[in-house]
Amino acid sequence: MAVVETRNLTKVFKQGELGAVNEVSLESREGEFLVFLGPSGSGKTTLLRMIAGLESPTAGEILIGGKVVNELTPRERRIAMVFQSYALYPHLTVYNNICFPLKAQNVPKKLHKEKVEWAASLLGIGHLLQRKPRELSGGERQRVALARAIVREPSVFLLDEPLSNLDAKLRLSAREELERFHRRVGTTTIYVTHDQVEAMAMGDRIVVLNKGVVRQFASPKEVYDDPADTFVATFLGSPPMNLVENGEVIVGFRPEHFRLASTIQEQKVTFKFRVENVEYLGAEFILSGILLGGKLDGKKVVARLLLGQEFQIGETYEFAVPERHLKFFDRTTEKKTEARALAWA
Amino acid sequence: MGVNQVTPQSGQSQAENASALSATAEKPSGLKPKRSKLKSAGAATSPLLGTAMFAPAVTYIVLLIGFPFVMALFYAFSDARIGSNELHFVGFENFRSILQSPSFRKALENSIIFTVVAQIVVLVSANILSIALEKPFRGRGAVRFLILLPWVAPVSLGTIGWKWILDSIYSVITWVLIWLGFVSKFSPPMWLGEEKLAMASVILVHCWRLIPFSTVILLAGRTAIPKEIPEAASIDGAGFWRTLFQINLPMMIPILGVATLFGTIFTFTDLAVVNILTNGGPYDSTQTLPNYAFNQGIQGSDLAAGAAISAFLVPVLVVIAYLMLRVAHRAEVA
Repeated sequence: MAVVETRNLTKVFKQGELGAVNEVSLESREGEFLVFLGPSGSGKTTLLRMIAGLESPTAGEILIGGKVVNELTPRERRIAMVFQSYALYPHLTVYNNICFPLKAQNVPKKLHKEKVEWAASLLGIGHLLQRKPRELSGGERQRVALARAIVREPSVFLLDEPLSNLDAKLRLSAREELERFHRRVGTTTIYVTHDQVEAMAMGDRIVVLNKGVVRQFASPKEVYDDPADTFVATFLGSPPMNLVENGEVIVGFRPEHFRLASTIQEQKVTFKFRVENVEYLGAEFILSGILLGGKLDGKKVVARLLLGQEFQIGETYEFAVPERHLKFFDRTTEKKTEARALAWA
Repeated sequence: MGVNQVTPQSGQSQAENASALSATAEKPSGLKPKRSKLKSAGAATSPLLGTAMFAPAVTYIVLLIGFPFVMALFYAFSDARIGSNELHFVGFENFRSILQSPSFRKALENSIIFTVVAQIVVLVSANILSIALEKPFRGRGAVRFLILLPWVAPVSLGTIGWKWILDSIYSVITWVLIWLGFVSKFSPPMWLGEEKLAMASVILVHCWRLIPFSTVILLAGRTAIPKEIPEAASIDGAGFWRTLFQINLPMMIPILGVATLFGTIFTFTDLAVVNILTNGGPYDSTQTLPNYAFNQGIQGSDLAAGAAISAFLVPVLVVIAYLMLRVAHRAEVA
C-alpha cells in the first residue's frame, strides 16, 4: 500500500496549446478510495495515465510511496490498472490472463496456480478459468480484469471508468462489489469516472477536474454541500444546482431545498414560482418553471420534491429556500464567496 | 415477389394521400415507393440481369484460368510437342520420367528452400519494419513510400536492376566490398556464378520484392490491436520482447497467416526472378519448378514435360493455402 502524490503535474500534448492537465497537486491517503471526477476532456484520464506511467508528464512530479517515480516504467511503479475496455488478452484463457502479470514479473512458477486461484476466488470467477475473454459477459470480463490487477498485490490500484461498459443494472451491483472489494483489500485506489453518482457513492474523497484544473478536492459531502465554484455546483447533483445572479454574486440553491414556503419554518427567502413542467419520477417530482416578480423575474429554476403534493402546470406557487442552504459565488471568478444579505425584491 | 409487385402502386397512392394531407410527411413516404419499385424491377429481371452481370467474370475465369489449367493437365498426360501434329495419350509416362530427372528433383528442392528461407527472412524483416514504422516520427511518410517502392516496380525491371548490381564485373556490391577491404580485387565474388552465392542472390531478390508487401500487411495487423492491450501488458510488467512474443504476435496470427500465404505463393510460383537472374544456373543450382517448366515446355518444345512439371505446383499450393487459411480461421475463432 502506498500514498500517491502529484506535485504541479502538467501535461501539454501540443506545444502552445492549453495543457490537458495543468499544475495538479494532490495527495492521497493510505488505503484511500480517491475518485477523479470530471466531464470528458477534463484531463482525468490523462492524469491517471501519467500516474500509471503510460504518459510522461511535461512538468511536475509524481510520487508513489514517497518516491519520485517520473522516470520509472509502469512495471517498476508497482501499480495495477483496470482499463475502460478491460484490455483482456483475447488469445489467452482467463487463467493465463490472470497469470500474465506473475509471469511478467518473474514470480516463482510454483506460486502461480495458488495466486491465480486466490485472485479468482476473491472475485468469484473460479469456474471461468478455462474460458477465453470473448466467452464472458461484460460483468465477468470486468471481474477478470480486477483479478488480473489484484493478483500481484500492487501498492496502488488505478481504475479507468471500469463500469462504463456495463448496462445500468449490472453497473449498480458491480459498483457495490467494487466497494466491498476495496474494503477487503484496502489498497489505495484511484478511480476515474464522469459519473457523479459513482463518484459520490464510492469515493472517500473526490477530485473534481475541469479543463485540466482541479476545481475541488474534498469529501463527497463537502463537494456536494459546499461546492468551491459554479462548475462543481452544476456538475454534481441531478438536476444540478439552480444558479441565479443577484447583484455582485451568483446565488445557488439545490433543487431539493426549493420547496413550498409553507413547509419551511426557519429563516427563508421566498419566491413566486410558476410551474411549467412536471416530471414524475416515481419517488419524486421534478418541477421546472420560472420565478416571477422581484429582481429575478423570468429566471428558470428547478425544484425536486417528494410525492404527496399536487402541482398544476401553469399555476403559480409560493416557494422558498432556507437561508442556510443558499450558496454564494463571485460573479466574475465564479468561486465560492462568503454569505451575505441580499435584496431580493 | 407478388407482394413486391403490388406494394409500389399502393405505396405510391398512399404517398400521394399523405403528401396531400401534410407537407412534412411528403419526403419519407415519397422515397418509399421509389425504393420498392426498384426492388421489384430487380426481382422481376433478376435471373437475366444476374447472369449478364456475372458473365464477364465467369468468362474471364473459364477462358484465361480454367481452360489453360485443364489444357495443362491434359498435356501432362500426353506427348504434346511444339510443332508436332500428333497427340497421344501416354498416361503417367511424363511424370515417371521427370521424377527420375535430377534437374527436376533439384528444382523441387530449390523451390522449397527459396520459399521457406525467403518467407522467414521476409517475416522477420517485415515485423521489424512494421514496429519501426508504427509510431510517428519525422519523415515516416517518406520512409514508408521508399519501402513500398520495390513492390510497385515491375518484377522484371527490378530483377534486371539486380542483375547489374550482382554482375561479375560491374557489381556495386563488389566495388564497395573491395573498397572496404573485405574482398580481393583479383578474386571478386561471382554473385551469380557460384552455387551458394547464386542461391543467396535469388533469395535476396525475392526478399527485396516481398518485404514491402508483408510490411504493409503486418503494419495493418499491428495497428488493429487496441492500444490498451500492449499498455496493459506494460503495466502488468511485460517488457518489449514479452509483449511482442506473448501478446502482439499471437494476436496477429491471422494476419501473419495471410502474409505468409501470399508470400509463399508469390515466391513458389515466381518465374521472373530466377529466369532473369540465373536462368536456373550454375548447373541447376538455382533451378526452380516454374523456371524448369518454362525451359522444358516452351524453350525445349516439350510441352508435355513442361505441363507435367507445372502440375507439381498444384498439390503443393493447395496444401499451403489450406493450411494457412485454417491457421487464420482458427486464430480468428479462438
